[in-house]
Amino acid sequence: MTRKISFSQAINEAMKLAMRKDENVILLGEDVAGGAAVDHLQDDEAWGGVMGVTKGLVQEFGRDRVLDTPIAEAGYIGASVTAAATGLRPIAELMFNDFIGSCLDEVMNQAAKLRYMFGGKAKVPLTIRTMHGAGFRAAAQHSQSLYALFTHIPGLKVVVPSTPADAKGLLLSSIFDDDPVIFFEDKTLYNMKGEVEEGFYTIPIGKADIKRKGSDLTIVAIGKQVHTALKAADMLVEKGLETEVIDPRSLSPLDEDTILSSVAKTGRLIVIDEANPRCSVATDISALVADKGFDYLDAPIKMITAPHCPVPFTPVLEDLYLPTPEKVLHAVAEMIGDESFVAV
Amino acid sequence: MGAKTSQFNVKKQLEKIAEQFPTFQILNEEGEVVNEAAMPNLSDEQLKELMRRMVYTRVLDQRCISLNRQGRLGFYAPTAGQEASQIGSQFALEKEDFILPAYRDIPQMIWHGLPLYQAFLFSRGHFHGNQIPEGVNLLPPQIIIGAQIIQAAGVALGIKKRGEKAVAITYTGDGGASQGDFYEGINFAGAFNVPAIFVVQNNRFAISTPVEKQSAAKTIAQKAVAAGIPGIQVDGMDPLAVYVAVREARERAINGEGPTLIETLTFRYGPHTMAGDDPTRYRSKELEDEWEKKDPIVRFRKFLEKKGLWSEEEETQVIEQAKEDIKQAIKKADETPKQKVTDLMDIMYENMPFNLKEQYEIYKEKESK
Repeated sequence: MTRKISFSQAINEAMKLAMRKDENVILLGEDVAGGAAVDHLQDDEAWGGVMGVTKGLVQEFGRDRVLDTPIAEAGYIGASVTAAATGLRPIAELMFNDFIGSCLDEVMNQAAKLRYMFGGKAKVPLTIRTMHGAGFRAAAQHSQSLYALFTHIPGLKVVVPSTPADAKGLLLSSIFDDDPVIFFEDKTLYNMKGEVEEGFYTIPIGKADIKRKGSDLTIVAIGKQVHTALKAADMLVEKGLETEVIDPRSLSPLDEDTILSSVAKTGRLIVIDEANPRCSVATDISALVADKGFDYLDAPIKMITAPHCPVPFTPVLEDLYLPTPEKVLHAVAEMIGDESFVAV
Repeated sequence: MGAKTSQFNVKKQLEKIAEQFPTFQILNEEGEVVNEAAMPNLSDEQLKELMRRMVYTRVLDQRCISLNRQGRLGFYAPTAGQEASQIGSQFALEKEDFILPAYRDIPQMIWHGLPLYQAFLFSRGHFHGNQIPEGVNLLPPQIIIGAQIIQAAGVALGIKKRGEKAVAITYTGDGGASQGDFYEGINFAGAFNVPAIFVVQNNRFAISTPVEKQSAAKTIAQKAVAAGIPGIQVDGMDPLAVYVAVREARERAINGEGPTLIETLTFRYGPHTMAGDDPTRYRSKELEDEWEKKDPIVRFRKFLEKKGLWSEEEETQVIEQAKEDIKQAIKKADETPKQKVTDLMDIMYENMPFNLKEQYEIYKEKESK
């Protein structure tokens, strides 16, 4: 049975189901319960995080399993790594992915390498949930999409869902995965609603989803840019082009086969990634297709990304900064040498 | 000045802090008991075992330095001088306790159950070195300075949640106590009242930087005050004092009274690591002589001899045993199959991602030739 719930509710539900299933699952982070020990607040009034995504969890599981930590990312992410290595299955919330600077060692050198440095004898079943994405008027230090940083590091898995149903199934897979997973949540998607199955289900990490089938052009898009791609695909139908939209859903591992077979069919590739363009997931996917699918291509690959500058705080500029369906149409026009594709 | 007369007696404040952290000692440099009331309840056999372990560890250090110079060991951080700190503290633990060591803390790992040949393999960079046997509660030696502090808080959080009667103990040096991770770790442990013990082996130098240049704080123990946890300074050349400090911290921890920070005043006779620093360039001969007079093994030998519990023959026996064990362990390390690129790929994930599998097949093909 499915029903319409929001991206944020889907994530909340996944955590609830995981915590019911396994006593070792704990949630910790800054303000994840909300109102820690504020006398005039009872737990049923706890607000559940800066965006309310974890609301209700402390009521059901108590403060022994839903921990409001000191505002010290290295502290609680570091503690989560070894709590995971010695038997717990923590979900640590790094409020904004931009805060990774304060705890990169804990992720890059500790979580990612503990199994390896233990000669394979230890496991780190840790999920770090973190918010990313521009378009929220949150300025340069609260708006980045830093998934490429983690994709670069062996030992980690990286998940970036774009719909409520994917978010729930992938978060459950992440929590019960025995390796560390960085789970990205675009803050501008939290209120987006979609059909979501009730109860426990998982979606395998490393399996892309074809969000729309098409034969003339492939668009691979990350996170909320999947929706930009889908809008562009609708507009392209009027121009007589059928677009295939691929959502990799996880960036590490990356479902190369689905991308390559699509390009083999369509001969054209656009990658939409709202992160900065250098050494990014967009360049990685482009390199993959240039390396292993060059013969399939009828036109140069196009990347639609942010410019190589920080996210602007000014709303007008922030809107210009992000990929849009119109930018996709421009790219298609260039690709096929037909300016009539550009929307006026 | 804000007021006509200063309202803040900051000088007195700082003096009072220093007064609260006297150095705890049981045996003086002559091996005499100076604090009878603090004497631990250890049997003669346990006292002798503590001595055997310290002597054994000193021999191991000497042999490791030679083996490193011969190119038969890789990375090595010398331990001589720190035996009371290392062995005295480990002696206070139980098997169920978790040790989170730094790279100099190989002795504690060995006495907690890590086979010697694996310690050698770790030094050589072989992955089997850190494949800790089942039931031995150790994490691999931490290389990133101070990272193990918050990790100990994490292990202790799990111990507390499971309701186990055990502690997580971690070691760092004076240098590690300057790291941000150190403060976040002791603060986290205090905030959640977890069973952790943080041992700072203050051997006076962070590579070449003396402790006086690392902080304006007169002791490292006093840093506990800011985290709201007990801080204890102990003579780190006195195995009994270290034992008692750790044992009591352990008892408090398993009784639900939370974490403790212990600063052991000690000295490493050798260089920071065998990678090339020359201590004669940053330490005076006088300072080295002064600390060698405090030597933990000399002191404890005197103590045991006075009690009629130790003889030259017994010491020789331990030395010979250590040499033989080291020889056998090196042999076993030499006989361990060499590691391959595919081994390293094998140990990265629970299930190998397909992207990696592709590379794995390429290396497997090369290795088969």
